Amino acid sequence: MSKILIRGAKVLGGEPQDVLIDGEVIEAVGTGLSAEGAEVVEAAGKVLLPGLVDLHTHLREPGREDSETVLTGTRAAASGGYTAVFAMANTFPVADTAGVVEQVYRLGQEHGYCDVQPIGAVTVGLEGRKLAELGAMHESAAGVTVFSDDGKCVDDAVIMRRALEYVKAFGGVVAQHAQEPRLTEGAQMNEGIVSAELGLGGWPAVAEESIIARDVLLAEHVGSRVHICHLSTAGSVEIVRWAKSRGIAVTAEVTPHHLLLTDELVRTYNPVYKVNPPLRTERDVHALREALADGTIDIVATDHAPHPHEDKDCEWAAAAMGMVGLETALSVVQETMVDTGLLDWAGVADRMSVKPAQIGQATGHGRPVSAGEPANLTLVDTEYRGQVDPAGFASRSRNTPYQGRELPGRVTHTWLRGKATLVDGKLT
Amino acid sequence: MQRHLISAADLTRDDAVLILDTAEEMARVADRPIKKLPTLRGRTIVNLFFEDSTRTRISFEAAEKRLSADVINFTAKGSSVSKGESLKDTAQTLEAMGVDAVVIRHGASGAPYRLANSGWIDAAVINAGDGTHQHPTQALLDAFTMRRRLIGRDAGLGQDLSGKRITIVGDVLHSRVARSNVDLLHTLGAEVTLVAPPTLVPVGVGTWPCEVSYDLDSVLPKSDAVMMLRVQRERMNAAFFPTEREYSRRYGLDGERMAKMPGHAIVMHPGPMVRGMEITAEVADSDRCTVVEQVANGVSIRMAVLYLLLGGNEPAVTNARTNEEK
Repeated sequence: MSKILIRGAKVLGGEPQDVLIDGEVIEAVGTGLSAEGAEVVEAAGKVLLPGLVDLHTHLREPGREDSETVLTGTRAAASGGYTAVFAMANTFPVADTAGVVEQVYRLGQEHGYCDVQPIGAVTVGLEGRKLAELGAMHESAAGVTVFSDDGKCVDDAVIMRRALEYVKAFGGVVAQHAQEPRLTEGAQMNEGIVSAELGLGGWPAVAEESIIARDVLLAEHVGSRVHICHLSTAGSVEIVRWAKSRGIAVTAEVTPHHLLLTDELVRTYNPVYKVNPPLRTERDVHALREALADGTIDIVATDHAPHPHEDKDCEWAAAAMGMVGLETALSVVQETMVDTGLLDWAGVADRMSVKPAQIGQATGHGRPVSAGEPANLTLVDTEYRGQVDPAGFASRSRNTPYQGRELPGRVTHTWLRGKATLVDGKLT
Repeated sequence: MQRHLISAADLTRDDAVLILDTAEEMARVADRPIKKLPTLRGRTIVNLFFEDSTRTRISFEAAEKRLSADVINFTAKGSSVSKGESLKDTAQTLEAMGVDAVVIRHGASGAPYRLANSGWIDAAVINAGDGTHQHPTQALLDAFTMRRRLIGRDAGLGQDLSGKRITIVGDVLHSRVARSNVDLLHTLGAEVTLVAPPTLVPVGVGTWPCEVSYDLDSVLPKSDAVMMLRVQRERMNAAFFPTEREYSRRYGLDGERMAKMPGHAIVMHPGPMVRGMEITAEVADSDRCTVVEQVANGVSIRMAVLYLLLGGNEPAVTNARTNEEK
């Protein structure tokens, strides 16, 4: 593989520097590096970040290839600046055996747009009753370390306790979709002022918060670490903050859409805003932003959830929950965190690459931009502003809540171990 | 007036008063030997009912026929919907047959709003009840009934319900009737109090333009009209209240409680009543109970709404003829 010189990029938003890639690794970082024998990428004014890592992606394959495949999903990921994604287990069949996780892992390797690290189901069929063979998934070629029944909550306290304990044997982590099922029967949106007016079934904040409270206490009791998926309420932030202050090994993620959108949008009854956990209130949005800034929330994860058109082109109650997010995540984070002064670009690198790679143990990702490190890199034109046009998405699905919305920032280049997957905004 | 009628909250005071006044004119048609106007001759209206409803559908059908519209009745049961057809395809199929207005009843809150705002069809959309969201023609017929009884048939013309104290009792949480009535009665200047066990009031009710009380007896003496909502027995299985009898004792309206109401005050019910649950037979059959009148008034209100939305030939309501060039 030939050499690539990224010239004049603001590494993590700092002073302009040149970054020389040789093969799969970064050979040198400095000023005035020689371009000899290297393809030059002019990056003046742009920000260079370590390749983004998404701990929460739905790639839908196997089973729902009409909404996404590993190929289209990883192309979307590369488009959005990601070099690694963690694929959730709620496929058909469920990723609850070594066979399924190995299939997903291999598809990711074959396509080569983005590393795909499968997440294993905690329980057989995501049914919450019987532990899946977590050890076998860990020992498989896919090397699973993150386990989640995402889409469903591991609501049985004993099953959750056992899972938290069991994965300690091989350093795994359980990622909890915190949703008390009885409190959310028939839930359609955040329970509050808007749901009362619209007559849509409420998804109360307490249904999330009570599970998080229980799980951090369980994690403390058995000495395990626990990861909270898509934390969405101000109350959840307070619980995680308290748990961390007690020294409990808890990490948490927030989605881009929960950093930007509120349940006021549901007044349109447009199911493009239907998502689980639901869009919350302005107060929650501000609490989430502050928590991401101060580190209470560790990472941004997309919960990229592709759905076919017909599953959103219908009445609210009949619609599927979820939004695509890989191709807009960085722009939303720039809008909500960077342009508001809450986070600098080094902070973005930490929340969208370094920490998610650490939580998921994604070797070679989330590394410093320095000599000798794997060349997993993302180049961002942070001055760009433009309207989101879903027609240009690489994802197979178009269920974005941002259609027509003006957002800042655009990923122009992505390199996966030195190989360009995105050049000038175009997939290779 | 807007092109569609989706929510009672969309109506201005003047819109609402115009509908009530027009309904009074329509009511006179019912007194004629031939109960029919030629106003909507040549117009086609489909009654698109995805939820079982006898009285609302029949009421709309009667209103449409009295205005000489061509009427198509569509019920989901046994139709392509039961074979998995989407709302969008069903609506487009019907519109392709040349429909001017769609009267829709749907179990999903917001389905009429989607139908009117998603670009699926061009026809006017009238909400005949959606999920636990809205039932605007019910609120209009209730307001019409109140105005007639509390102000007077002729004296009420041009009037709203300023200062009238209306109490709505029962399962507010699951009630589109309650939501529509709170919106419309507030617009018309009435003071609304909701009475229910706390389990049957939605979280978020604090922003509604009304009072909330858990004590029926304290509210009754200050009420000009008391509207009892149906309470489904199954609710007690989800722990909304302990037993039917306890609900009845605390929130049901019997003769003793009715005696606490001012002499002029009326008892209303959108139907169907569950006698012995929220209302006793003694109250339901008393001359203070307007339940049968409400049914008759429903036809007049629906005639008025259809007339105003679809634009009749009479010049009296030119401001409503926005749907003509469609």
